[in-house]
Amino acid sequence: MKKNTLTIALAGNPNSGKTTVFNNLTGSNQHVGNYPGVTVEKKEGRLKYKGYDIKVIDLPGTYSLTAYSPDEIVARNVIIEEKPDLLVNVVDASNLNRNLYLTMQLKELEVPMIMVLNMADVAEQSGMIIDYHLLSTLLGMPALRMVGTRKEGIQELLDLLVGSIEGSIKKDVRRVGYPAVLEAEIQKLVEILPSEDGDIGGSGSVVAGPNGIKYPSRWVAIKLLENDSEVIKKADALSGSQKIMKQLELSQGIVKKALNHDSEMAIVEGRYAFIRGATREAVRIEKTDGVPVTEKVDKILLNRVFGLPIFLGIMWLLFQLTFTLGTPLMEIIEAGFMQLGSWADHQMAEGLLKSLLIDGIIGGVGGVVVFLPNIVLLFMGIAFLEGTGYMARAAFVMDNIMHRIGLHGKSFVPMLIGFGCSIPAIMATRTLENPKDRLVTMLVTPLMSCGAKLPVYTLLIGAFFAPQVAGNVLFSIYLIGISLALIMAKVFRTWLLPGESEPFVMELPSYKMPTLKAILLHMWERAWLYLRKAGTIILAASILIWTLLTFPMVDSQGHEYANAQLQLENSYAGRIGRVIEPVISPLGFDWKTGTALIAGVAAKEVVVSTLGTLYSIEDADALAEEEAGTVKTFAERAREQSGFTPFTAYILMLFTLIYVPCMAAIAVIKRETNGWKWPAFTIAYTCTLAWVICFVVYQGGKALGLGV
Amino acid sequence: MNLSLKQLSPGDRAVVKQVTAKGQIRRRIVDMGVVPGVEVEMERSAPLGDPVEIKIDSYHLALRKEEADAITVELLSVV
Repeated sequence: MKKNTLTIALAGNPNSGKTTVFNNLTGSNQHVGNYPGVTVEKKEGRLKYKGYDIKVIDLPGTYSLTAYSPDEIVARNVIIEEKPDLLVNVVDASNLNRNLYLTMQLKELEVPMIMVLNMADVAEQSGMIIDYHLLSTLLGMPALRMVGTRKEGIQELLDLLVGSIEGSIKKDVRRVGYPAVLEAEIQKLVEILPSEDGDIGGSGSVVAGPNGIKYPSRWVAIKLLENDSEVIKKADALSGSQKIMKQLELSQGIVKKALNHDSEMAIVEGRYAFIRGATREAVRIEKTDGVPVTEKVDKILLNRVFGLPIFLGIMWLLFQLTFTLGTPLMEIIEAGFMQLGSWADHQMAEGLLKSLLIDGIIGGVGGVVVFLPNIVLLFMGIAFLEGTGYMARAAFVMDNIMHRIGLHGKSFVPMLIGFGCSIPAIMATRTLENPKDRLVTMLVTPLMSCGAKLPVYTLLIGAFFAPQVAGNVLFSIYLIGISLALIMAKVFRTWLLPGESEPFVMELPSYKMPTLKAILLHMWERAWLYLRKAGTIILAASILIWTLLTFPMVDSQGHEYANAQLQLENSYAGRIGRVIEPVISPLGFDWKTGTALIAGVAAKEVVVSTLGTLYSIEDADALAEEEAGTVKTFAERAREQSGFTPFTAYILMLFTLIYVPCMAAIAVIKRETNGWKWPAFTIAYTCTLAWVICFVVYQGGKALGLGV
Repeated sequence: MNLSLKQLSPGDRAVVKQVTAKGQIRRRIVDMGVVPGVEVEMERSAPLGDPVEIKIDSYHLALRKEEADAITVELLSVV
């Protein structure tokens, strides 16, 4: 019976244009998820062609298939475990030697395979003349010319795919020829591996693990010689593992003696030697005049003097794009939800349901959707910078500073975005490959003072500080935030998540113009992820906070409270405020501040409006607009009722800066780390840190006679 | 004359002799094509001095000085 479904997997180096090929094949019919247990992104898409239903798996872009990186482990495991009908290797034709290094490793997995030489136009412009037929013969797989950005070669690829299932592509068992010494040792290992059958790639296969997954014997042997930790673990569980390990040790000794290299190096060198041989035959290079565009551009963008200012300028533009352009859109969305709320207000009778709908649900959904403009714009900017190739340069420029705190150059961008909003910033950590770097960046990003904290600062500064010092006070808060983020990053990287820092061995890809389609798809992907995953948690948390602030609605006699202030004082949030008062009183806070801080978990800007309600300031809008009269009343009441001085106001600003990022940020951390462990840790550490810092400052300041 | 890659000045070309880094870092370096026998050209260091950028075959690779220090090269020409 003819099979009419087909699974293909796309593999290739980062920057090989693999994503362009994927987008060309599947259009918008894509699904993004995560591989179980790891933070590696799983991208799949579907298409129909000539009656076939084709599933396309976009494997993570990798340079190699070692056990050192989660991306590489995922890539090879998907190929071995899901056994795609066809493996499509996207190769950057202008950079053949390094790209074919992955090709050779993919071939060792013994899956039917074709090679797509993408960006052929770039290669040709640089004077390369590729003999596709010869290259195909030498490497033992069909080789196809493609210019993904112009859709050249896509049709041919689809025909090849269909042809493969109809039997026109034969599996070629040609192998990388390693030096004779290595080949002999590989053979010795293959022979003692428990073999299942003889037909996979001619060398049989090893069944390892409880799921009966078959691994090509030759691949296992090569990986053992490469000292691959994952494969060694699997081999240890095999029957006769002692014999295998003994042979491995013997073989490694022989290789080392003969080639003067350990076997891992010998294998890497063997692959490169084979590739160089092949490209020497199949590629002719005609000298071209002139310096490539990329080198000309980098002379300016990476200039010793101008490199840093240009980088900062580009970051400033990204920030402006996200927040200056995003803010009016956010206001429109906010206004829209206000309209919706007031419409509901008119339509519905007074009551609990109405309050739940307006303050809980509409407020909650509004709180989710309101971040969309920022997220969409930021990811548009990031997709553009990534697509052009500048992102790698940004990391190159910033690595010196970031490396000092134990992070990678790439951590800088998310931390910077944190000044605007933690939510897109946390999502931007996806550009970091090292999981520890990514986690640490995620944990410290909320310490960068986000936009929602700003109204809290300006109002408190307006109420308690003279205009002459206002700027300095605000600046000091931002500076403390940055310093804490850097210190905590160093602390976390040293003690919490120790380990070798990510090596900075990074390709600076050629500059190119990203396609609009790629940028739009990327934006859409991020926006959808945010809405779907974080949105549900944010909505649930909004309703919870609403419940805490709204109930009980009546006093113990069943009478309604006379006003909003009394109701709030007696609500659960108010009661929790009283319960935690002993904890926060060493910081100079009373229960009213405590209640406001609890409400502030929903969103930081709520801290001040809640305090306003508690000080029975009727006109909440006037307070939010920072009208002079209302601010003065606020300051007076805060002084009278809670004993606020400029000093306690400063402590409150500090606390607001450091404690729990808002629940939307928590929800995004949960989504990005696939569990509650890290969001819980974030809550715990930020609260502890906020308490300790405020305690030290308050008690220290009091001893020095401040704040009286 | 054998040097470490770190010691090259912009414009210098050299042949890789040996990669003395260890473990994961060594593997990353050699996986990217910096293997003995390959010709590299020092392009520049970053505006803040570290990392450095080299050209290998037709592509550009950035690496930190501490990593470049673990690559032994033989100088080919001085520009």
